[in-house]
Amino acid sequence: MSDDVLRAPLVLEYPFTRTTGPVIGGFLTGLREAMMLGAKRSDGTVMCPPLEYDPLTAEPITELIEIGQAGEVTTWSWAGDPRPQQPFEQPFAWAMVKLDGADTPMLHGVLVDDADAMSTGMRVQIQWREERTGHIADIAGFVPETGDAG
Amino acid sequence: MGYNQDPSVPPAALSGAVSIPDALADLEPVRSVTTPLRMEYTATPGASLSKYLRAMKEKRIIGDVCPDTGMVFVPPRGVSPVSGKRTTETVDVADEGYIESFNITRIPIKGRDDLHPPYVSAWVVPDGSNTGSIALVAGDDLDLDDVRIGMRVKAVWKPDDELEESAANILHWEPTGEPDAEVPDMMRIGRPTDGGAQ
Repeated sequence: MSDDVLRAPLVLEYPFTRTTGPVIGGFLTGLREAMMLGAKRSDGTVMCPPLEYDPLTAEPITELIEIGQAGEVTTWSWAGDPRPQQPFEQPFAWAMVKLDGADTPMLHGVLVDDADAMSTGMRVQIQWREERTGHIADIAGFVPETGDAG
Repeated sequence: MGYNQDPSVPPAALSGAVSIPDALADLEPVRSVTTPLRMEYTATPGASLSKYLRAMKEKRIIGDVCPDTGMVFVPPRGVSPVSGKRTTETVDVADEGYIESFNITRIPIKGRDDLHPPYVSAWVVPDGSNTGSIALVAGDDLDLDDVRIGMRVKAVWKPDDELEESAANILHWEPTGEPDAEVPDMMRIGRPTDGGAQ
């Protein structure tokens, strides 16, 4: 009998399907159609991504409006050695991006070659996937703004 | 509205009264999204479970003996759950036993294409053990209506050349046709110290 330590792979997987409701569902419908939507709050400011309730007043959100597809990096962190389950295989930047027309930033990846290409305040734009399903990954990532639509 | 809104009145977000740009209004809305969670570990079983898994490779089921009560716990954990004491003796239990409880599943589970409903999950107590564990009960001519508490079953092992250090060596348990076991009254942990029903 061997005294070697036994090892075995152990995978825990939860294949959740969530219902979205009309606010998150509306936002995802927009993604599928390559359109960015924000939630209008009672004070007139716009949240993107939307929440179902205004975090300040707890009022339900009742209006989604189209916002821009480019914006400003408000903060970022370089992922130089992406782990297997991160959304990108190449090094990338996690970034908070405040899209034009929105008052809150959203988290996504900025696809640049190295950290020297990143800076707070830089302008970036959405790069859409060709095949979109109504999922946050319909946005392939953000790239430095060129002026051309993604 | 706000924090004091009547909980019996659905908020707009749930009633569907959310306006969206005209360009999207006539399209089929997204109603659900899949968000799988997956965690990959490398598991190391520890000393007691390693002994259990190595015994499995020899088609043996082993358990730990509680030094105070003599109760046998399968699989062995190195500590008796009734006395809290470290166990020092390991014994073989039988690869036959009885069904203490069971459930028939008729609905498929996503991601478990190896299970074909309807199938029987049972709590099987091997002879010589004071504890049971979850197991599949199957058999070529198994009549689901015939499955019952107390039914005698025996382990069906993988072919010898496919045995590994794994509890999956037992493919399932199948009825033996013997007279039913007399099932003792359930206790929260463990069964009578005479080794269970026979």
